[in-house]
Amino acid sequence: MSEDWQGYVRRIEALAAASGLQFHPVDFEAVPDSFMMEIAVYGLPVRMPHWSFGVRYIYQLIQRHMGHSRLFEVVFPGNPGHAYLAASNGLAENILVTAHVLGHADFSRNNLLFRRCQEQVSERIVEHAANHARQISQAIEAHGMQRVEAALDAALALEQHVDIDQPLRRARYPEYLEDPKALVDDAFRKRFAALEPAAAGSAVEAKKRAPVPPHPERDLLWFVANYAPEMESWERDIFLAVREESFYFYPVFATQIMNEGWASYWHARLLREADFIPQQAYLDAIKCHSDVVRPVAAEQQVSLNINPYHLGFAMWEKIVATDGLEAARHIMEQDDDFGFVRNHLTRELAEELELFRYSARGDGQIKVLEPDLTALHEAVLAPKYNFGAPIVSALRVRNDGTLELGHDSGVDGRGLDLERSRKVLDYLHKVWRRPIVLTTVNQAGSALELTAP
Amino acid sequence: MDGEGKQRSGTDPAAAGKWYELFSRGARDWLRHDEKVREAVRANLPEIIAGGDVINGGARTVRVPVRMLEHYHFRLRRAEEAQGAGQGKAKPGDVLSDPARDQRPGEKGAGGRDEGEVQLLLEFKVDDIVDWIWEEMQLPNLKARTGPSDESDWVREGWDRHGARSRLDRRRSFKEMVKRRGNPGATPTFIDEDLRFRQLARRRQPAVHAVVFFMLDVSGSMSDRDRKLAKTFFFWVVQGLRREYRSLETVFVAHTTEAWEFNEPDFFQVTGTGGTVASTGLAKVREIIDERYNPGRCNIYLFYASDGDNSVSDAQEARGMLTSIAADACFTGYVEVSSGLSRQLATETGKLFAELTAAGCAAGSYALGDFDDVWGAVRHFFTAETHAPDGAQPAGSP
Repeated sequence: MSEDWQGYVRRIEALAAASGLQFHPVDFEAVPDSFMMEIAVYGLPVRMPHWSFGVRYIYQLIQRHMGHSRLFEVVFPGNPGHAYLAASNGLAENILVTAHVLGHADFSRNNLLFRRCQEQVSERIVEHAANHARQISQAIEAHGMQRVEAALDAALALEQHVDIDQPLRRARYPEYLEDPKALVDDAFRKRFAALEPAAAGSAVEAKKRAPVPPHPERDLLWFVANYAPEMESWERDIFLAVREESFYFYPVFATQIMNEGWASYWHARLLREADFIPQQAYLDAIKCHSDVVRPVAAEQQVSLNINPYHLGFAMWEKIVATDGLEAARHIMEQDDDFGFVRNHLTRELAEELELFRYSARGDGQIKVLEPDLTALHEAVLAPKYNFGAPIVSALRVRNDGTLELGHDSGVDGRGLDLERSRKVLDYLHKVWRRPIVLTTVNQAGSALELTAP
Repeated sequence: MDGEGKQRSGTDPAAAGKWYELFSRGARDWLRHDEKVREAVRANLPEIIAGGDVINGGARTVRVPVRMLEHYHFRLRRAEEAQGAGQGKAKPGDVLSDPARDQRPGEKGAGGRDEGEVQLLLEFKVDDIVDWIWEEMQLPNLKARTGPSDESDWVREGWDRHGARSRLDRRRSFKEMVKRRGNPGATPTFIDEDLRFRQLARRRQPAVHAVVFFMLDVSGSMSDRDRKLAKTFFFWVVQGLRREYRSLETVFVAHTTEAWEFNEPDFFQVTGTGGTVASTGLAKVREIIDERYNPGRCNIYLFYASDGDNSVSDAQEARGMLTSIAADACFTGYVEVSSGLSRQLATETGKLFAELTAAGCAAGSYALGDFDDVWGAVRHFFTAETHAPDGAQPAGSP
């Protein structure tokens, strides 16, 4: 961490605060590139050990050797926030990154989705994750690698299957159905009972056990941790630890366009307004900025992916220019990517940015489609639905402990990948320890049942 | 060990230390992945290396290409036609090429979880593989028949208070020191009385010589595939026997209506024509035993691979030869490489071996129809050998 840069941090922070950014203090730490890479692979500075991270690590290594990816910073929200900067950054890059990090810090403190998840997870996710890692190391010592790995295989395979609309520390379902008589006073119930006396009469019975789950349950990690018939308590802890980390990752995932755009908007703006930065550093920083937010890679004409930095940046520029900063802050606080893109990616902006929709056939032919704004929104957002995972819910636990899972192919539009789904069922069976049945649809759209074992 | 606790306890990043410079979690988890791949290879070993290409010498390692493991998640099946959003100069109706398809192998595209993945080449020691298979298939170890031997060797035996420095037994010396220090007033450091030295003694080693005869029917009716099948089987027999015998000699005999001894490379190239007279091959084996090996000092194994079409007139002579060899051998085995139909070992040769087994000799037969059967055959023979009536003792559990 160079002296020069430390001096700039304070001044940039002061400038950011003067521009209306509200952020918790951020601890900056310069770390070697190798560690930056690990943070990117694990998503957290210290996270539970699992072989799947090793696979991602190798891919990252390969990418880095090919010069594809370069990481400047990783920031973790919290109070204080933690920002890790690559030690190889130059002064100009560090100035840019500092401003960028403050944009993220503002976003994560004020965005509702972030705030809600942080209220659940607490503002110390970095410490929590390290604690989980330690717990799991202890579990490995106590129960052996094989067994802990089996639990982690299952839990991490379901990491996207959480319901963040439920509290993190969620209570079990009520044991019994609600007493129907309690509702008789309700005016609608009375009228309904008058219509069909037979239906109302049959409800008068003793307390009934509620079915488990009472409704299709999307929060599979929570459901398995709470209702698996023969699970060890340390295995439940692993499931709940993974769930907690997913609660942390969700807002990062679901506001990526907004969040990166917001941080890019602010690093550009703060840089423009910072008259204390030497000319050369400013130029270098601006060059770095345009590398980050460019729409398509230098050698390409057309990209089949949209750079979220670029899209978010362009959208925020437009919003601030037309509606003012106040309105932009309001949007930043209330939206996630779904609302943001649908409401604020206008036809003019889409044309200006040359966004297009395409269809890719199985044989590799890719065709650009007619412009259609609503469809474009959905094409941008499609990979983000349901944490990027198919919608799979727990439907029922049979009397013998068999777990019934159902895939909502109606919403997802097609069936599950059978081979992968079977493997996931195999993982899950090792902790559920009773049969598991999963229904989805086949290519032709008719129902199909996968079972484990 | 991994400093995770350290990171947790310090809120000040500077106080957390630079543990990440000494320890890479990515590398740790990568090694675990590697280990899992090895386990997976090990579990599927019989399929992966069904056709060993070496019997003697040659490479002592096998290279197995493997794909990286995937941690599976629920995913939607590949859409016949997927929609996406892109950016750049493109008009409706334009047909684009997918840059992800032109990527060099090893690169991971945006959705690149399908083909073009990184391949690893893992190297395995043949010895390890054989150990795994024996473990996997729960094969018993052979009981070597020990005979008097002129071979003697130094072995470690016992301890003494005096000896060469190089044979100082530190652990034992330390124990002695600890014991002595238990007494009040003892000197706290090592004294000469504490030191213990390993002693060597000259001991006769039991005979651990073995010779295995591979006899192959190369008559016109044996196809290339049959020979390859026999070769694969022979390969694993050698590996199995090597586990027990420090010096294992191999003798290769091929026969049609005549018999010849071959060296290994030629052995599997030989193609003969004409009929099958097993007794010629057996006579050749008998001759070699008498010439070069003393049954009292040497463990003799015979494995015979044939399609079983021995000429009927040869039955009497073959029976005599076989009985004479079986009397000297630890085990005689017969694999019938039948390309399909008859797997009942009801052939002429099959009958001979069945008689031998019935007579209480250490003999066994197995029908090899396919490469998948090789493991069954190996298991069959190694189990049978241990339980053979005149094997020294039935070793361990089945």
